[in-house]
Amino acid sequence: MPKLSINGETVDVDVDPSTPLLWVLRDHLDMTGTKYGCGIAQCGACTIHVDGVATRCCVLPVSAATGKKITTIEGLSANGDHPVQRAWVELDTPQCGYCQPGMIMAAAALLSETPQPTDSDIDQRITNICRCGTFARVRQGIHRAAELATEVKA
Amino acid sequence: MTANMKKNTLSVDVSRRRFVIGSATAAAGFAVGISLPLGAIQADSTPDANEEINAWVVVNEDNTVIVRVARSEMGQGTLTGLVQLVAEELGCDWSKVSWEFPSPGQSLARKRPWGSFSTGGSRGIRDSHQYVREGGAVARELLIAAAAQTWNVPPAECTADNSLINHLPSGKSTTFGSVARLAATLEAPTEVTLKDPADWTIVGKPMPRLDTADKVTGALRYGADVKLPGMLHAAIHACPVHGGKRVGFDADVARSMSGVRHVLAVSDDAVAVVADSWWQAKQALAAVKIDWDTGENGKVDSDSITAILKKGLDANDAFVGNSRGETLNVLKDADTVVSSEYSYPFQNHAPMEPMNATVIWTEKSCEAWVPTQNGEAALETLADAAGLFRDNCEVHKLILGGGFGRRANHDFLVQAAQIAKQIPGTPIKLLWSREEDQLRGVYHPITRSRLTAKLNDEGLPEALHIRISGQSILHALRPPLGEPKIDEAVFQALAPEGDHAFIYGIEHFLADHAMRNTHLRPWFWRGVNINQNVFYVESFLDELAMKTGTDPLDYRRKLLRDSPEALAVLERAASNAGWGRTLPPGTGLGLALCKAFGSYVAACAEVSVVDGKLHMKKIWAATDPGYAVNPQQIAAQVSGSFVYGLSAALYAELTVKDGRVEQENFNSYPSMKIAQMPEVETDVMPSGGFWGGVGEPTIAVGAPAVLNAIYAATGVRIRDLPMKDQLSV
Ligand code: FES
Ligand code: FES
Repeated sequence: MPKLSINGETVDVDVDPSTPLLWVLRDHLDMTGTKYGCGIAQCGACTIHVDGVATRCCVLPVSAATGKKITTIEGLSANGDHPVQRAWVELDTPQCGYCQPGMIMAAAALLSETPQPTDSDIDQRITNICRCGTFARVRQGIHRAAELATEVKA
Repeated sequence: MTANMKKNTLSVDVSRRRFVIGSATAAAGFAVGISLPLGAIQADSTPDANEEINAWVVVNEDNTVIVRVARSEMGQGTLTGLVQLVAEELGCDWSKVSWEFPSPGQSLARKRPWGSFSTGGSRGIRDSHQYVREGGAVARELLIAAAAQTWNVPPAECTADNSLINHLPSGKSTTFGSVARLAATLEAPTEVTLKDPADWTIVGKPMPRLDTADKVTGALRYGADVKLPGMLHAAIHACPVHGGKRVGFDADVARSMSGVRHVLAVSDDAVAVVADSWWQAKQALAAVKIDWDTGENGKVDSDSITAILKKGLDANDAFVGNSRGETLNVLKDADTVVSSEYSYPFQNHAPMEPMNATVIWTEKSCEAWVPTQNGEAALETLADAAGLFRDNCEVHKLILGGGFGRRANHDFLVQAAQIAKQIPGTPIKLLWSREEDQLRGVYHPITRSRLTAKLNDEGLPEALHIRISGQSILHALRPPLGEPKIDEAVFQALAPEGDHAFIYGIEHFLADHAMRNTHLRPWFWRGVNINQNVFYVESFLDELAMKTGTDPLDYRRKLLRDSPEALAVLERAASNAGWGRTLPPGTGLGLALCKAFGSYVAACAEVSVVDGKLHMKKIWAATDPGYAVNPQQIAAQVSGSFVYGLSAALYAELTVKDGRVEQENFNSYPSMKIAQMPEVETDVMPSGGFWGGVGEPTIAVGAPAVLNAIYAATGVRIRDLPMKDQLSV
């Protein structure tokens, strides 16, 4: 019975160890902020952080996630005020919004490794699909979040 | 006008019930709002102090306002735009506004006070702005009348502004909230005056979207996220060859797998597994052995479809959608004509949220949670599939994880209802896999076209014939009778007049369509028929300009003498792009424009092609939608249109083998990523006086602008989409 550490809490789940973490989150724990888009690590809708690293959990067996620190969109910040989230609200980045939890998690992971990313960093590291085409505001939002993060620290 | 909407004549449980699902506050209290069975239909949940002023407006005691929106929100921002229209007329403080979706059942019970629920054809605002604004104005007049009655003054001396009613002579003022209760009891006026657009303070302003907050925290529940007490999960596999049938299936292994509750036949062409979790259902479904009878359709492939379409280019059974002059005679008598052929493939919508619906069925009633572009049609479909009267069914709308036309088709809802009907009393959430979404799509119609022109001494087309050969969406909906087969909608952007009028002044012009249908189902796809038509026309005009050694901007100018609005957006896009400037080798600018969905749009693209690799640098877009309700959302729609339209033009093609689509997921059906997205600069230039759509028109100009730029950069003319087959993208 895998024990998971999700957003700072330890949870037991009774599932087959090969179940992708995505479905444990969504169907067993009712944490539906993490989305299903393709199931084959192509779209990024299911992006979460595993030990701080952006990870597409639709292809991550739950057994491989035990003992790791898992952060989902629900746990990214206490009040929805992570710099990325604040920048997203400021710029009205989401359209339909379905890809955005994954997009935000990918952006947050990029910023934690590279606090001042260049456009080419963004091009290389943000490979999520957004069918609504919010990319212009995603790019702007990442730069804005980088600014907001330094303001917080200052 | 709509002021004949009856107030307070309906039963309390309908009018006063809080619509917890699908409202702005839904996320936090999602599960709380549902009391099964059929709580949402029959239970009159907590009576509260909130006053419904009319069908459109609820004023809460704390002075906040809820505006009801019947159209669907799928990312396009219509929700915010429609609330802006109501709030403007109401005269309320924007910071106090939230929204909710009325349900289709409520609409029926109240005799459709919100009009159509259909959301497509970029019609969300342009078809409804009048009655939506009137809804807000009626509520304003009621609030004013209530305040005037309280003060014993003539209503004409009062105004509503910023959520306050003011009596000008006395300087008295009161809040909406404090007169709401009285206002709700008054008779609605039968006539109201709408504000002069010059006085707008909310409409036409870049108001922030009302649906953003929950989208950045993951709190917003989409259809795929619905959870009801006791709910089971369903995965489905329908015959991958459209029109094929299920002969039989062996589910012995699947039934023994963990979590599996049921393996069910659905309709005559599908099998579903119902399990405790969706993953279990999907795994078990893969273990079901299904026998299909794919019939004749199983022999069809892309080459055979192409052959049929090619024949259509020369066929005699074409329907004429637009004709002026003596086109065929002029072409026949010409010494030389110029001619080119183009093709446009099948494409899938592939919204990020795969198709889904959650249904609970009992012998007496049926309720569904559906991401739909048309709540009313969803209710009809549900009642039909449930085998129940419409009055005993209800549809709860949710915010959509993308629509693009796909969610105006409810095939997935029929399946969900058919599954739920086999398990009475248990809520069933059916979720399609991405593969199912690709294989069982309803697709952008496939067409080919041949354009033939005779040029005059100036090098301009004296005669132009556009022959289109290919599918008809309307035929798939309701086959027309007689010959030739008629579908006038095929001529979007080529029409004689109206929202889709052909903009170019050409003396002899003929557009006709040889309908050639296939077993793959065509459907409305963002932009619908303008995508291929504008690609055909704008590519060909560019070819003619190049052939005659004319600057493509000048060439179009000469043909746009009678289309000042079209010319204006073209000039703007070109001048913003610095048309005519010297470009480095391997770089080019390309133009495209059209009138579609009532709006005028143009694009100028700058691309470079280095070592055969395309780089789309920037696109300058210009849009004249007449009135611009929310310029920021229009800019977002225009920018997003290039991603959707160019994803299609660059990569998107569904090919067919043995009757089935070959591209099953995003690995073989790619979509643009941030690295490929060109910079987009949008100029919204509302000229006023008409209401055009914004969600779709721009889709059509991206591809031809880029293709024309590729030609300018390389001298290579691409006439078949997608580009990936001919260029490294
Ligand atoms: S759902 Fe995991 S990457 Fe698409
Ligand atoms: S916002 Fe709709 S898919 Fe990204």
